[in-house]
Amino acid sequence: MEAFTTLDAVAIPIDQPNLDTDQIIPARFLGKPRPTQVEALFHDLRYTPDKKPRPEFVTNMPAYQGARIVVAERNFACGSSRENAVTVMVDNGLRAFIAPSFGDIFFNNCFQNGALPIRLDAKRVAEIRAALHAKPGSTVKIDLASQTVTGPDGKADRFEIDSFRKDCLLKGVDEVNLTLGYEKDIAAFEAKQRQEMSWL
Amino acid sequence: MAAAARTMFEKIWQRHIVVDRPDGYTLLYIDRHLMHDGSAAGFAKLRERGIKLRRPDRGFATPDHYVKSDSRSVAAIADPHHRALVEAIRTNTAESGVTLFDLGDERQGIAHVVGPEQGVTQPGLTLVCGDSHTSTHGALGALAFGIGSSEVAHVMATECLWQRKPKAMRVSVDGTLGEDITGKDVILAIIAKIGTAGAVGHVIEYTGSAIRGLSIEGRLTVCNMSIEAGGKAGMVAPDDTTIAYMKGRPFAPKEAEWDKAVAFWRTVPSDEGAVFDRDVSLDAASIAPMVTWGTSPEDALSITGRIPEPSTAPDAAKKDSMKRALDYMGLTPGTPLEQVPVDRVFIGSCTNSRIEDLRAAAKVAKGRKVVIPSWVVAGSGLVKKQAEAEGLDKIFVEAGFEWREPGCSMCVGMNGDTGKPQQRIASTSNRNFIGRQGPGVRTHLLSPAMAVAAAVTGHFADVRKLA
Ligand code: SF4
Repeated sequence: MEAFTTLDAVAIPIDQPNLDTDQIIPARFLGKPRPTQVEALFHDLRYTPDKKPRPEFVTNMPAYQGARIVVAERNFACGSSRENAVTVMVDNGLRAFIAPSFGDIFFNNCFQNGALPIRLDAKRVAEIRAALHAKPGSTVKIDLASQTVTGPDGKADRFEIDSFRKDCLLKGVDEVNLTLGYEKDIAAFEAKQRQEMSWL
Repeated sequence: MAAAARTMFEKIWQRHIVVDRPDGYTLLYIDRHLMHDGSAAGFAKLRERGIKLRRPDRGFATPDHYVKSDSRSVAAIADPHHRALVEAIRTNTAESGVTLFDLGDERQGIAHVVGPEQGVTQPGLTLVCGDSHTSTHGALGALAFGIGSSEVAHVMATECLWQRKPKAMRVSVDGTLGEDITGKDVILAIIAKIGTAGAVGHVIEYTGSAIRGLSIEGRLTVCNMSIEAGGKAGMVAPDDTTIAYMKGRPFAPKEAEWDKAVAFWRTVPSDEGAVFDRDVSLDAASIAPMVTWGTSPEDALSITGRIPEPSTAPDAAKKDSMKRALDYMGLTPGTPLEQVPVDRVFIGSCTNSRIEDLRAAAKVAKGRKVVIPSWVVAGSGLVKKQAEAEGLDKIFVEAGFEWREPGCSMCVGMNGDTGKPQQRIASTSNRNFIGRQGPGVRTHLLSPAMAVAAAVTGHFADVRKLA
């Protein structure tokens, strides 16, 4: 997995609360090869039903081209467990997501794909979004080692992250390999469970 | 000194710890892994690494998302990618030794209907599936939650998951539910109260006399939509109702093992005095038949209500999102819900496609005629067979419903069962997201009985008042 250390990049503001994973990638694009999904990002928000780009949607605005960060509203990416919601963003260059809260499954899926979800205070997130709207194309800086997000206004905030997740991201640890290293513990658990829950 | 009182969640969690790291992460053992036609990505990831499934005996698979609802043929699936996924579940399970309930087998159906029905889901276990509505299985007293495809591969390889312990939340519904008030109305009322992010980071335990009074089907409906409340999982303590439900299921323990299992199941419920991180309570008697008006499950109203006015929103952001939702849904503030015309009805999905749901729907449909296109899609082949044995299919067909083949169908439309833009669908499913049932489609969530009330009147109607 690609390691995540720092990111200094254009950020896109997304103002809708509860923006669900069906909006990030609609169901009809799932079940197809990953490369064909790249175009599906925010599809129905980006295009009208007759396939015309909506100029008012952020990712269609020239100033936001090359963005690598999303600054969103509360409960971002709630809903379905589709990991495509992370991969379609990663494949479009977006690797960090800042919001007051996230859908739990999306939050976990990020770490499986070298992406960083950051929870920040709702007021501060609103401030960053306002700054981005005020000057489209502004950048946000993220430093994982020091756990800081610096907004376009130059103000830095510390964010919390589990040290387990942080380590895995910084080193690009592969979780399956990590877990396979605990083989002895898993086998011991299974032996005990065979005794205690013999009906399984 | 007596041991500290523990919640049901805490007990199941502790019993499944393989490794507790000092950094607060736990390697949690997974007892059951359900798979569906969308799980092919997990198998592919495993194959890339050259790893075999650790415990194929703990895996159970059934195709549901991409199967057609008008045919059992795989060859008839038009989209070659979708067809490949339904074919892949056959080859993947055959190669790995995972149990498959395939198309053509009466045990096939929606994974969250099949797991409990087969006795695969059991009290006190951990269960995962690459699907967010895995929370359904908590209705039997299991800790069950949805995961993404990388974690699916992780469970296949190791039978474990890295987890930070979520918090525990108790939702108590006490009192007596009114006539025709179902698990669906209860969970929509809960979500309307706490919001769609209300339980983020929490495992919900539903309790109280109204919950205990629900059948297993009703509890499955409630737990199903825990994810729509933001919850990691939802659970109901196993009791006599649970044990009676488990008895005789194909994969439930038998004979001496049954007695051992029951003795264990009796220890699973929360101890008296167990402390929860959050507590919410609802009065059962106050719950009316619920219908959603907007594009988030929290936008739920009693059928006696009116489409809300954005001007009453607590803040500008909320006002904005209400306006957007009303615009998408094509609704005018102030309109009584009962005057909103409906174009189409879908009865099905892992929320409401079990036998009790179909009985409730048939009871209302009997002797009436639908006035709009209406579908019933049973949750599994066994539910369908049971409904046919009871003559429910005849009631539906005589009323003008289409009686279709089991699968997810129009809940998500991945198999092509979608509505048309601007079509208003009364749906017993769990998500009213923008475009969920097809681009531009307007979804309203409600119970099976309320869906039939809409089907026979052509608008939302209070099932309690149907003449
Ligand atoms: S019925 Fe709907 S919610 Fe349930 S698993 Fe299928 S698509 Fe998901």
